[in-house]
Amino acid sequence: MRLDTEIRDALFSFLLRIADDRLILGHRLSEWCGHGPILEEDIALTNISLDLLGQAEAYLKFAAEVEGKSRTEDDLAYFREVIDFKNCKLVELPKGDFAFTIARQFFFSQYCVLLCEKLQQSSLEQLAGISAKALKETTYHLRHSYQWMLRLGGGTEESRQRLQNAVDELWNYTGEMFLTDTIEQQLSAQNIIPSFVEISALWKENVARCFRESSITIPQTGFMHSGGRIGKHTEHLGHILSEMQILTRSFPKAKW
Amino acid sequence: MTEQTILGYLSEILDPEIPVLNIVEMGIVRSVFFENEKVVVTITPTYSGCPAMRMIEDNIVEKLKENGCGEVELKTVYTPTWTTDWLNEITKKKLQQYGISPPHTTSDNHFVEITLPKKISCPYCQSHQTSLKSDFSSTACKAMYYCNACLQPFEYFKEI
Repeated sequence: MRLDTEIRDALFSFLLRIADDRLILGHRLSEWCGHGPILEEDIALTNISLDLLGQAEAYLKFAAEVEGKSRTEDDLAYFREVIDFKNCKLVELPKGDFAFTIARQFFFSQYCVLLCEKLQQSSLEQLAGISAKALKETTYHLRHSYQWMLRLGGGTEESRQRLQNAVDELWNYTGEMFLTDTIEQQLSAQNIIPSFVEISALWKENVARCFRESSITIPQTGFMHSGGRIGKHTEHLGHILSEMQILTRSFPKAKW
Repeated sequence: MTEQTILGYLSEILDPEIPVLNIVEMGIVRSVFFENEKVVVTITPTYSGCPAMRMIEDNIVEKLKENGCGEVELKTVYTPTWTTDWLNEITKKKLQQYGISPPHTTSDNHFVEITLPKKISCPYCQSHQTSLKSDFSSTACKAMYYCNACLQPFEYFKEI
């Protein structure tokens, strides 16, 4: 693959962003294993977790090739520090109650469906291929969380209130998914990735429709958290990484 | 040894999670070719996180070595994207006989609408009086259903 240095660096950073989103959220979701409110949900959330880890692996593998420094996807997952992770803050927040998990999954899956629909037309074949695959899986994820949004919103007063609380708490973290900066601009100018401004508008439309159907009020948009995309994270990421990385770091050549 | 012989060996490898289907009819094996003495097999994952893929890769190498292939190289490809539409009628029949309802044809609808899937028939009694319990089940590729006619839970191989 021949890319000039500037584009290659931007692409590497972008791939880390989309891979780390999935790696961290996948890890968060795995915390529901054995703790789901009902058996079907235990299985659903961990299946989604597995899909996200698989997608993260594919994107990280591609990132490692793009970087060209003979690191592997495992090196990138297990031997980077907090500051090197480029996931948005939304995905690293603790799992909260079931309503919190569902609201976050809905926000994230809706974003991923819109992003992957565009990425599957990327001028880079490898990126397009991985994203076309991710799109198929994420469509099922979106259907899952969308249906739960409707059920929780239209269920009891308590379920609606818990969902509203979760939405209120998460809302200020959603803006970072659509962050536009030089990386996004450089890559979208080359048709490698889509314009995030366009995706953001579609996302807002779809989310507003779901909120109407779920009797959820759209929070006032004001301050939006950011920093994750440049490695400035909440206190929660370090805790996830220590749990995720300890085995490999203690026994670097462990295999089973 | 020809490419066809190699494909013959590969079609003896069964999917570890659905041991009535082989990896060639599932469409996991995309192509086989020779590079000098080396055999190159390209494969595509069914689901990104499918844990069976690692085992399938090991099985391919082992099977080909057993049958006298020297060097074997595996390449993972993502294009074209794996789809259940590649399963032919014979393969679907095998699934049904194994107790898994075979996949419907995919549509362009990305389920963004809250449409419920088409009526799925029970693999045991063929009734369409079935209900979806969850889009996720014992493996990534299946959904959980319940037959209201014969009162059996069963799995549906999701179209993707």
